[in-house]
Amino acid sequence: MAELMSGFGCFTHAMVRAVPQSLARDALRSGGLEVDLLKVQEEYEEYVSVLKHRLGLEVLELPADEALPDCVFVEDAAVVCGDTALVCRPGAQSRRRETEAVKAALTELGLNIVEMTDESATLEGGDVLFTGREFFVGLSKRTNQRGAEILADTFKDYAVSTVPVQDALHLKSFCSMAGPGLIAIGSSEAAQKALKIMQQMSDHRYDKLTLPDDSAANCIYMNLPSKGDVLLHCTPEEFPESAQVFEKLKDHMLIPVTNQEKAKVDGGLTCCSVLINMKKNI
Amino acid sequence: MKMVVCHVTLLDGSQFSCEVEKRAKGQYLFFQVCDHLNLLEKDYFGLSFKDNAEQRCWLDVTKEIKRQIRNSQWQFVFSVKFYPPDPSQLTEDITRYLLCLQLRQDIASGRLPCSFVTHALLGSYTLQGELGDHDPEEHRLDYISDFQFAPNQTKELEEKVVELHKSHRGMTPAQADAQFLENAKKLSMYGVDLHHAKDSEGVDIMLGVCSNGLLIYKDRLRINRFAWPKILKISYKRSNFYIKIRPGEAEQFESTVGFKLPNHRAAKRVWKVCVEHHTFFRLVSPEQPTKTKFLTLGSKFRYSGRTQAQTRQASSLIDRPAPAFQRTSSKRISRSLDGAPVVNVSDYSQADGAGENSPALELNSDSKSQQVEVMERPNADAATSITSETAFETDGAGAPQRKSKLRVQGENIYVRHSNLMLEDLDKTQEDVLKHQASISELKRSFMEATPEPRPSQWDKHLTGSPATTLRLQTHGVPQNTPPRPGTDSRDASKSAEVKPEGNEVIEVVEETVVIEEVVKAKPKSSTPEASVPVETEVKEERSLSSDSESEDEAEYHAQPPSTSISTQQIKEEPEEEQEAELSQQAPPSAIESQPSAEAADPGPAAEEEKAAQPHEEERTDKPLLTPDEAPNGHAPQGEAPPSPQTAAADEEEPHIVNGSASRVETEHLPQVICCSEPPVVKTEMVTISDTFAAQKTEISTKEVPIVHTETKTITYEAAQLDGNGDGEPGVLMTAQTITSESLCTTTTTHITKTLKGGQSETRIEKRIVITGDSDIDHDQALAQAIKEAKEQHPDMSVTRVVVHKETELAEDED
Repeated sequence: MAELMSGFGCFTHAMVRAVPQSLARDALRSGGLEVDLLKVQEEYEEYVSVLKHRLGLEVLELPADEALPDCVFVEDAAVVCGDTALVCRPGAQSRRRETEAVKAALTELGLNIVEMTDESATLEGGDVLFTGREFFVGLSKRTNQRGAEILADTFKDYAVSTVPVQDALHLKSFCSMAGPGLIAIGSSEAAQKALKIMQQMSDHRYDKLTLPDDSAANCIYMNLPSKGDVLLHCTPEEFPESAQVFEKLKDHMLIPVTNQEKAKVDGGLTCCSVLINMKKNI
Repeated sequence: MKMVVCHVTLLDGSQFSCEVEKRAKGQYLFFQVCDHLNLLEKDYFGLSFKDNAEQRCWLDVTKEIKRQIRNSQWQFVFSVKFYPPDPSQLTEDITRYLLCLQLRQDIASGRLPCSFVTHALLGSYTLQGELGDHDPEEHRLDYISDFQFAPNQTKELEEKVVELHKSHRGMTPAQADAQFLENAKKLSMYGVDLHHAKDSEGVDIMLGVCSNGLLIYKDRLRINRFAWPKILKISYKRSNFYIKIRPGEAEQFESTVGFKLPNHRAAKRVWKVCVEHHTFFRLVSPEQPTKTKFLTLGSKFRYSGRTQAQTRQASSLIDRPAPAFQRTSSKRISRSLDGAPVVNVSDYSQADGAGENSPALELNSDSKSQQVEVMERPNADAATSITSETAFETDGAGAPQRKSKLRVQGENIYVRHSNLMLEDLDKTQEDVLKHQASISELKRSFMEATPEPRPSQWDKHLTGSPATTLRLQTHGVPQNTPPRPGTDSRDASKSAEVKPEGNEVIEVVEETVVIEEVVKAKPKSSTPEASVPVETEVKEERSLSSDSESEDEAEYHAQPPSTSISTQQIKEEPEEEQEAELSQQAPPSAIESQPSAEAADPGPAAEEEKAAQPHEEERTDKPLLTPDEAPNGHAPQGEAPPSPQTAAADEEEPHIVNGSASRVETEHLPQVICCSEPPVVKTEMVTISDTFAAQKTEISTKEVPIVHTETKTITYEAAQLDGNGDGEPGVLMTAQTITSESLCTTTTTHITKTLKGGQSETRIEKRIVITGDSDIDHDQALAQAIKEAKEQHPDMSVTRVVVHKETELAEDED
């Protein structure tokens, strides 16, 4: 029987984008750290391999664009929910054109495309947390109220609540979904404050998984046929304490994925893919 | 008598006209419409009209129609007023169908926004419900042109609807409606009543009133949300609307948020809608009306209909074959159970105590007699006696029915107790009836304690609820030897249940003492505390709502502020006292050498209420009474000279009221601990607070009022002699007191473990103080508290419940 809002975490496709060489030098970063391009590429390949071979997703790989040093972080370019894709308007000027290739690829997949034509609106996918029942949109340096409004107009079935983001690039810099109704959240004051707001705004109850490290709270949950609950999360090398917390999730298939180098340019695990469910639910 | 013709637009778009007297009240018309529709679950619905400013207003059923509509047309719209959060819990298909019709309107008008896919899916269920299976012959593409599935319907949408319609083959209309609702209820704007407003900075926002609370939107974005438990007071003044917010964990003080409405009437409208939604969804029964003051400022408006909890209960008594009804487009008979629609409302109306005058069953707030009573009793004990009488009126007729219903369930051990109590009470017929009503009320609350089981039910019920103290004693005996008779009165039942596997069997008896404190909101007259009549059913009274149209402002205390231990409130606020006790001997249950990990089977506790109730009633003129522990011996104590135990109990009352745990514990110890053998001292730490924590889960979320948990452990190293000559001496192994505190509840758990010969005995005494005012159904809270206690100790049984309820009467109004 067809049902709305079912099948949270069910995905068939993943869109990724290759690492441009310009990333090492030009990609935006808050820390000012040196980046080893080779390591970034290794991490990217591992990531893609997990999606493709370990999880059996159909991986759609877009070529890198040297003019877009941040283009590997495709998440920011589009928000896909159900059969609809909202093409974002990144807050960072240097990233605006990233959406072109992404939009083309999503159109090819046959999704309903919604574009943000309003010049005053900014939205990056990293600020959009979809819980399965509603959206939370971080109001950050990269995403503004108008961008959130357009998201709300695009996904009318769902409540869209805004959450101010402080001391972090994106909302999902310190949180993500770790399961149906389970929010992974960092321990920092900013993260905890954001969680409180989300809980207050929501009609639904969420469980939380508190991670000692904010960055570790960015993980990828999927619910895949024959695999069940799958969680891509940080490695023990990066965040030993947080990795231990993830290991307590006994029912999940846990896959640690290295993200050390990309983290230097503020990239989290969710940043490197747009996950899509092409299996018609309705 | 002058008659007027009313025109009512029904949910299917058709018109219903009927003649009413010019001075008829809203309910007359409303019942006419419901009768016409053959609708029994009417509490979710209402009639609205357009005022002079073209604004939609709900018709107050308790007031004259003419005075509400003023110069407007006698033209009304029948629609859903309270959208049930879970439509699958509605009893009848016809109710669900009407809700579907309302939602189809909401969707088509754009009031309920949906995505394309949702429009298509809901549209396809509409077709299945209205037309049945897709028929390629009959259903050509234009067959759906009559339907509006979306505000802007496209060809593409219609094609999608048809495609999905084909996939529903075989679904009955009722199933299609149910599926429609299952999906529609998930939409974020389902049941949200929107009102235009401005925030304090003049920014345009929308106030959305829904079952959970108040939502604040800016454009389509939710920018804030105030769940009902967070809201202490709702008020309006001129064109401003205010909510007072309960302080959060971090804040110390309550804050007030103000919104600017377009005009005074709009402010009042949103205020009214809030009051009604709060009462309907959040409360178990409508709030007691404020007493008539000589000079009244502000609206006394209160929602006087049934709450969702009450309507669900009433619906559960609906006993008629599913009525046949026609779905609009197809004019097909749905689920036709041949024959005319037969309405059997007997159970329904009886449950409401209406009897003779069926239209009045739902809303008795206008009953003249009640008002007269209020006027005629200005003296000292007027306030309480009025309350009890009204409660009696509301509940009296329903009582026998409930009782028999409960008996069917076989939980009748305590009927004996109840009867005993009745026989022993020297009371008037009225008192006895009232008594019965309360018994059945309390029974009901036990039996149906959780209509919607949720992990946070406990918290939800107790937030802002009356002060209630629950003391729970558990008493376990592992038997290495066959039980010796006469250890105490409980042993009688224990011996019956020696488990064959023998040695490690522990028999557990749990005693529960419940003390409930009710802070009455605004009683009028003063009465010496000692002679305050007792009333549990205060909250059952329907409000005498009278809404003067001229008022400029009004307040509504949604969640009266409460402290965990009500010392403060006792001083500040009028109170009424009440107490009841019950004892129970349940079949012992066995657990393995874990006497402190107690448990009780669900059966016994449900019965406790029956025993508990008599005491509540009996307490009428004895404010402080704790009957002794003997299961059957406590009944007549109300009039009897206090036995030693009673005296002790009386002594401890003040401490209970003030939430002082330790003193009571020490007083109870002698009854619990017996010792003669060489002192074997062993200390075991039992943390009940962990059980609490486990239930809350690390991951718990909003609306959990637990603020902090305090743990105090007292360990006795030496044996103590039992002063009560409880028969068998024993060795005290451990005794500990654990206190956990939340915003408005304090739980004190006292666990003692003694060794008696070869047996070890564990006794848990639990006291829970619930603080709040009469806003909430105390019986419900009580039932919940006991249920909670049982769940914590599933292997133990509850042997005794003492209810102590206090409501002081104030000198005058606040």
